[in-house]
Amino acid sequence: MEPLTQVATRIGEPNAVAMGFFFLFIVTTLGITWWAARRTRTTEHFYAAGRVISPGQNGFALAGDYMSAASFLGIAGLVSTTGFDGLIYSTGWLVGWPVVLFLIAEPLRNLGRYTFADVVAARLRQAPVRIAAAVGTLATVTLYLIAQMVGAGGLIKLMFGIPYESAIVIVGAAMIAYVLFGGMIATTWVQIVKAFLLLGGAAVLATLVLLRFDMNPAALFAAAAERYGPGVLSPGRLVQKPLDAISLGLALMFGTAGLPHILMRFYTVPDARAARTSVFYATGLIGAFYLMTFILGFGAMVFVGPDAIRGVEPGGNMAAPLLAEHLGGTAFLGFIAAVAFATILAVVAGLTLSGAAALSHDLWVHVVRKDLASPTEQLRVARIATVGLGIVGVLLGITFKGQNVAFMVGLAFAIAASANFPALVLSIFWRGYTTAGAVSSMLLGTITTLLLIYLSPTVQIDILKHEAAWFPLKNPALVTMPLSFAAGIVVSLCTARHEESAGFASQQRRMHLGAAGEP
Amino acid sequence: MPKAEDAPDGLHALAAAQRRVAATLTAAMIALYFGFILLIAYNKELLARLVVPGLSLGILLGALVIVCSWLLTWVYVRWANTHYDAGRDRIRQGG
Repeated sequence: MEPLTQVATRIGEPNAVAMGFFFLFIVTTLGITWWAARRTRTTEHFYAAGRVISPGQNGFALAGDYMSAASFLGIAGLVSTTGFDGLIYSTGWLVGWPVVLFLIAEPLRNLGRYTFADVVAARLRQAPVRIAAAVGTLATVTLYLIAQMVGAGGLIKLMFGIPYESAIVIVGAAMIAYVLFGGMIATTWVQIVKAFLLLGGAAVLATLVLLRFDMNPAALFAAAAERYGPGVLSPGRLVQKPLDAISLGLALMFGTAGLPHILMRFYTVPDARAARTSVFYATGLIGAFYLMTFILGFGAMVFVGPDAIRGVEPGGNMAAPLLAEHLGGTAFLGFIAAVAFATILAVVAGLTLSGAAALSHDLWVHVVRKDLASPTEQLRVARIATVGLGIVGVLLGITFKGQNVAFMVGLAFAIAASANFPALVLSIFWRGYTTAGAVSSMLLGTITTLLLIYLSPTVQIDILKHEAAWFPLKNPALVTMPLSFAAGIVVSLCTARHEESAGFASQQRRMHLGAAGEP
Repeated sequence: MPKAEDAPDGLHALAAAQRRVAATLTAAMIALYFGFILLIAYNKELLARLVVPGLSLGILLGALVIVCSWLLTWVYVRWANTHYDAGRDRIRQGG
């Protein structure tokens, strides 16, 4: 088991097994879509899967929506090349889920119908709140979508040898098909299938690693330390500035509770209790997955070696596929490659659906048509928005080809934490929240986050290659999230309106008792 | 909360209990995760210490943050399934 500096790999060559598994996934999911399409007759089906998804199913679907290729390939790569420092990300991506459960899931289910704006707008003025919420939603979704699309194109090119543009078009076409025809029913089942594949693939890979170490993770870590020095087991250079780590931590923790495609999933279950139980399942599944990234990352470090991993792809993203190839041969590589592709497809489908809901349900139905749209029109507009957003996603993916877009996921989380999350929490828990307060906190959160990320080292130094950056933090959440809360509170206090706070009592009743509690 | 607006069926007591539990658990979650981050930032030597050969305190604590996050969700679900749901049922039945 000598560490290699160069590795013989079949990554990038057309792989029959990968193609086979991928084809199977596409056929299965399109079959699901066909089945779902016949059940998608109303907006209730299209956005919320008829609200009949069970807590266990939604737990898997939440995990499927959340576990992106970035977490599977990116974190495994980071751990394999930096050791402990990569694990900081494994923990960070999980810690938002308890917050989702404690503060958001149940009130959201009881107060809203399809989008988180339903909750914020419940007792405030519809048009301004929905426009501001749609800005926050579309900013989050678009940035997340760009990051996923560009990642998908690069990944597929690397693993299957398909040209970048064709890969983006394939992903775009499949995601539009799922959402357009099958709506939330198809999207939910695609997420469930993907979560099974991803968790199963990661579990098999982790087991194959641990079998070489008598199923003892400590022996694996010891082998890594023996080969690459004890430094791989302890904090290193990644966290130089504590404020950077805290700011990223805030974005990850509270951004999770403001991601539109995650929030939307709570409308697919029958009631608040089911929403609650589904987060418990999702947290367990996602936690187990991130624990496995410890094993996958150190396994790749020991069996493949950091230099060889960087040699195949400088970002380290091929660590998990290389490990699969080393331990299970070309067939297993093919399986893992197909799983990574399926992972991306499922995430972009969820994103597209939540973006389409903001465009059609929030903007068209409530702002443009002022609640006068017929059910048929609502469904038609939702489908038009899906196709539009899908095409925009493909075009953006092609536009940003070759750009460093990894920061966009952190940015999406920062906007979710600074625009969507404060608005949700204040509208759920604070009687004094007003329309002006909600609009200013959401707009200020979105705008300052975009502005500060532009002025941050991430864009100024890493991308524009300037000497210095005006704003010191890589992720702005430490500044923008408190700012958004402050704006929401101060503006509300200055614009207090009796009729808006008067609605709080009935909102409170509905939030705790559900629609059944209505007089 | 002004007394005049208190609901006769005890909804406000239930709401206050839910807020208390949610706030306490959220605070615990914040302390857990940011405690870990601050240790990484300010006490690297401590985290480098080995608990058993191969297993540093840092890796152990990282895994514990994940496991404890899940345990916190379990604590909330347990509380809600017993106390919160019972309180809601009582109010719904007008008792």
